[in-house]
Parts: sequence; C-alpha cells; structure tokens
Amino acid sequence: MPNKYLHVHRLRRVYVWELPVRFYHWLNALVILALIVTGFYISDPLALASSKEASATYTMGWFRYIHFAAAYLFFFNFLFRIYWGFVGNKYANWKQFIPTSKRFFKEMWTVFKIDILMLKENGKQQDHLSVGHNAMAGFIYFLSFLAFLVQCLTGFGLYASMSGWWLPKLFAWVPAMLGGDILTRQIHHWSMWFFILFAVIHVYLVFFHDYVEGRGEISSMGGGWKFIEEDVFKNDKHQTPNPEN
Amino acid sequence: MTNEAITTQPTYYEEVLRKGYSRRDFVRFVSMMTAFIGLEQSAIGQVTKAMETQQRMPVIWLHFQECTCCSESFIRSSHPIVADILLDKISLDYTETLMAASGTQAEEALKNTMTKYKGKYLLCVEGSVPLGADGVYCMIGGKTSLQILEEASEGAAAIIAWGSCASNGCVQSAKPNPTGATPIHKIIKNKPIIKVPGCPPIGEVMAGVIVHYLTFGRIPELDKLGRPKAFYSKRVHDTCYRRPFYDAGLFVETFDDENAKKGYCLYKVGCKGPSTYNACGVMKWNNGTSYPIQSGHPCIGCSEENFWDNGRLYERGSSFAGFGIESSADTLGKVALGVTGAALLGHAVATNIGKSTFIQEHQEEGKESEKELK
Repeated sequence: MPNKYLHVHRLRRVYVWELPVRFYHWLNALVILALIVTGFYISDPLALASSKEASATYTMGWFRYIHFAAAYLFFFNFLFRIYWGFVGNKYANWKQFIPTSKRFFKEMWTVFKIDILMLKENGKQQDHLSVGHNAMAGFIYFLSFLAFLVQCLTGFGLYASMSGWWLPKLFAWVPAMLGGDILTRQIHHWSMWFFILFAVIHVYLVFFHDYVEGRGEISSMGGGWKFIEEDVFKNDKHQTPNPEN
Repeated sequence: MTNEAITTQPTYYEEVLRKGYSRRDFVRFVSMMTAFIGLEQSAIGQVTKAMETQQRMPVIWLHFQECTCCSESFIRSSHPIVADILLDKISLDYTETLMAASGTQAEEALKNTMTKYKGKYLLCVEGSVPLGADGVYCMIGGKTSLQILEEASEGAAAIIAWGSCASNGCVQSAKPNPTGATPIHKIIKNKPIIKVPGCPPIGEVMAGVIVHYLTFGRIPELDKLGRPKAFYSKRVHDTCYRRPFYDAGLFVETFDDENAKKGYCLYKVGCKGPSTYNACGVMKWNNGTSYPIQSGHPCIGCSEENFWDNGRLYERGSSFAGFGIESSADTLGKVALGVTGAALLGHAVATNIGKSTFIQEHQEEGKESEKELK
C-alpha cells in the first residue's frame, strides 16, 4: 500500500431510479428542450424570404404545432410523475421534495455548508451522504415542479381560446384572472428562463457529484444504479430527507 | 315631463317612421343588428318585434375622463338608424356631447330622467372616474365624477362601460396613474355591468350591445372579463386576413421593407392581435372599410386590460413594466445565464481546492484498483 490515505472501498449496487422515473426524466428533458427552442422561435421568428405563396409554406405553423404537441406530452408526463411520487420507491416519493420535517431543513443546511461553502463536517471534507436526492436538490425540484405548474397554467390558458377540447378549456380562467393574454404570455415567457438556468445548474451538479463522490451519478439516470460504499450499509450513515419506509 | 308621458312613449319603430325611414330601411337595420349580435336568421322576427313594440328606453350617457372617441365611433356605425334612433331618439336624455341643453337645463334633464325612470334606464358611461385628490380632476356641475356616477347608477337597470377608459382605465390609469383613474366595475358593485372595451370600441359593437339589451331585456352573455361574448370571444389574430402569412412564417421586419408592401404578417413589428380579443377583423371600422392591420399597422391591443402598461406598441411584449428602462425578459435571462455560468466555474474551482484530499483519495483508490486488474 503506497499511500497512507488509501482505503479501497467495497461498493454495492443500489437501484435508485426506477424505469418509470428514468423514462419520465428523459422524456421531460426532450420535451423541455423542444418547448424552449420552439418557444423562442414563436416569440421571435426568423426573417424568412420565400417566393412561394404563403399557403404553400407552414413554418410558423410547424413550430407552433411542435410546441403544442410537446406541451401535451410535458403536461401528462408531469401528471404521471406526481402519481409516481405516491407509488414509486422511496427515492421517488413526494416526501423527497416537499419539506415536511425539521430534519429536511437541517439537511438542506448541511448540504449548503458542505457543497456550497465547502466547509468540513465532522472534521472531514465529505461526510454527508444521500443516495437519492439530497434535501437541497429535492427542494429545488419542488420549486421546479411549481415552475412546471406555472407553465402549464399559463400555456394552456393561452391555448384555451384556440382549442375546442375541454381539457385546455379548463385553463381558460388563468388569463381571465391575470387580466388578459398579454400578461399571461409575458409570464409564460419569463418563466421559461427558469428552465434554462435550471438545466445548466442541474447538468453541472450531476458532473460535480459524479466527480466528487464517485458513485456513478451520471450513469444512474441511464441504468438506475448508484454504487454505494459498504460502510454506509454497516454504519447506518444513510440519510434521506424524510425516511418513511 | 309627467308620469303620463312615460306610458305614452313611442316605440322604436314609430320613431323610425317618424324620422322618415321606410319599413324596408327598418327591416334592413334589424337584420343587420341581428347578424351583428350573433343571432341566427330566425331571430330577426324577434328583434323586429322588440323594436316595434318596446317603448324607447331612456338612456343616460355620462362622460368622465375620456376623449369622446367612443361617442364618435358610435355615431359612425354603418346604419344611420343607429345614430338617428338609438342615440338621438332613444335617449339623449342626457349626454354632454350631443344633447341640445346645457348648464342648469341639462342637469335638470338628468335629474328628471333619474327620478322618473328610476330602475328602468340604461346607464352608459364613457370614461374613467378619477378617485385621486377627492375627485377634483373631473367635476361637472360642481359634483365629482364619483358622486355623479353613484347617483346615476342608483336607479339604473344596467350599466354599459363604453371603451377602455370605463372598462379598464385606459391611458389615464397607466402607471403612475396620477389622477387615480378607476374603471366603473371597481366602483359600482351592485349592478350588471357590460364592459365594451376598445379605444374606441367598434360602432356596430356598441349598437349591437344596446339592441341586444332592448330585444331581450337583459344583458348579453359575457365572458370572464365581463365583455359580451358575441364580440370579444375571438382573437383579432384568429380572424385576421393576414393569418396565412403568420402560419407560413412570413413577417414584416420593418415598416418600410418589401414584406410590408407584400402585406405580410405584422407580428414582428409588435402586433398584439394574437393576445387581443375583439371583432376588428370581422366587422372592421367605418362601415366595414378597414381596420388597423388592413391599413398596415399592427394591432396595439387597445381592447385588452391595461394595454398602455403591457409593454411597447411596436414590440412583442417582453419588457418588464417599471423595471429598468429597456430591460426585456431575454436580456435579463442572458445576464442571469452569464452570472450562473461564472458562479458554476467558481464552484468548480472551489471544489477542487476545498475537497482536494477527498478527491485525491478517490483517484488513488481508482488507480490502485486499475493496477490490480491484470
């Protein structure tokens, strides 16, 4: 053993993200990307020149079609994820996202100290462990669910007057409450920036955790597994914001 | 005027004949109105009957903070009977702009109508009511607008809020709203109020709202913002003849470009048609001659709530009202993105310093394991 630090860990495979969670995640990533790109185009379309009759082209129409189709997928995917928060495994449970205990807030503070302020905990550089979402991440996801809700409300609210279906019409009260489509549209546009900022930070943090902890954070959303040190099982060091099972 | 006089009021039809119109003119007017208020052909008879048998309805038309463009629009609606009968004859019991009387005489007429037709007259309000500085910004005959409105609404059967001023405050209520300009529905709560927003509203729409009330004796079906559904349920965008250019993605980039000459969609020069509910694209203006988009100007969304505070007229709204000078959501977003990027870079550096021992352990462990595998 050449190095005094060296301690070779024995890792155990833990099934963290179930298939429906992974499916939700990647479908969500895809439709949000589509919604952002088409949303930007609808908001500020390119200057096209065409010698054809207007009726022979449908560029804006297609962008809008993709936006609306993606919006439906996004909406139903969102509903599905809420459902899975009640029937999925403990890492998918709704209690991972909504603070319902003091311990949740305490753990958020711990994450803040260790991962953002880079402070030592119990004399060590990295002591904290969450196998699923840590409390901070869970709470940020909760905020992002609220952003999903805002986009669904304003988006379908704007769409309601173009649709004959009852589902979008359920949202017709939104522009009425906000005082019209103009403000509704602006809120829809501003909120979109949350998704862009979220995506950038989210991807960075996935790399951060993978790099620092070495438990396969990046690949976990592919196969569903993370690799957890045996000590964690032995010493009962596992933390999850609201353990209930 | 005595109570006797009320019971012997002429009907609309009698007034029409007295004015020198023929039966044919009358039926033409009725057919047109029936179509405007969105009724089917079979309802023409019903409207005709109402106009033939109903006595003229007294109307009080109040003017507060406004520019009279609503009245101007109304008297230009496409059939002369609208102005001659609905305005001139129905009512004119009191309307500052068009009545013959003035001063004490006029105030007397107002008072008379209010007492004699209590609970029966239609109150039309053009303009907003300034509540700032105890209402001194708009006073008529020694009374504030608020006093006049409250007195007049007391005995009204229903209230029509003409135009954007009365419906949502229009330009005088734009931030910072120095006079405290307030729309009617925020002051009067106990009467049915029909909002007919627009700056001005379309003359035929105004006539249609009145005819609907006369025919059925109740206010037309309103949408969630209190506007008659018959005229405000569709977006200008959805009835726009330039819509195919929008769908094709062909837009006017500047007002003097080739695309403007070709009549492309005005979306990129700020058209608010996609967010504006009105009948402009269908009814048009000045006897169906044209409407803003047809004359090459983007819709400014004048019938939408607070349209003066809803961003700039020649840009698709993304500006923050009252935030920065020209900041738009996208500029702010890009700045936030830059700040986030810088923060993440800083965090990445801090991670390699703050967790150096921990990361080193992992790396050595990994290398050791790699060596063990033969």
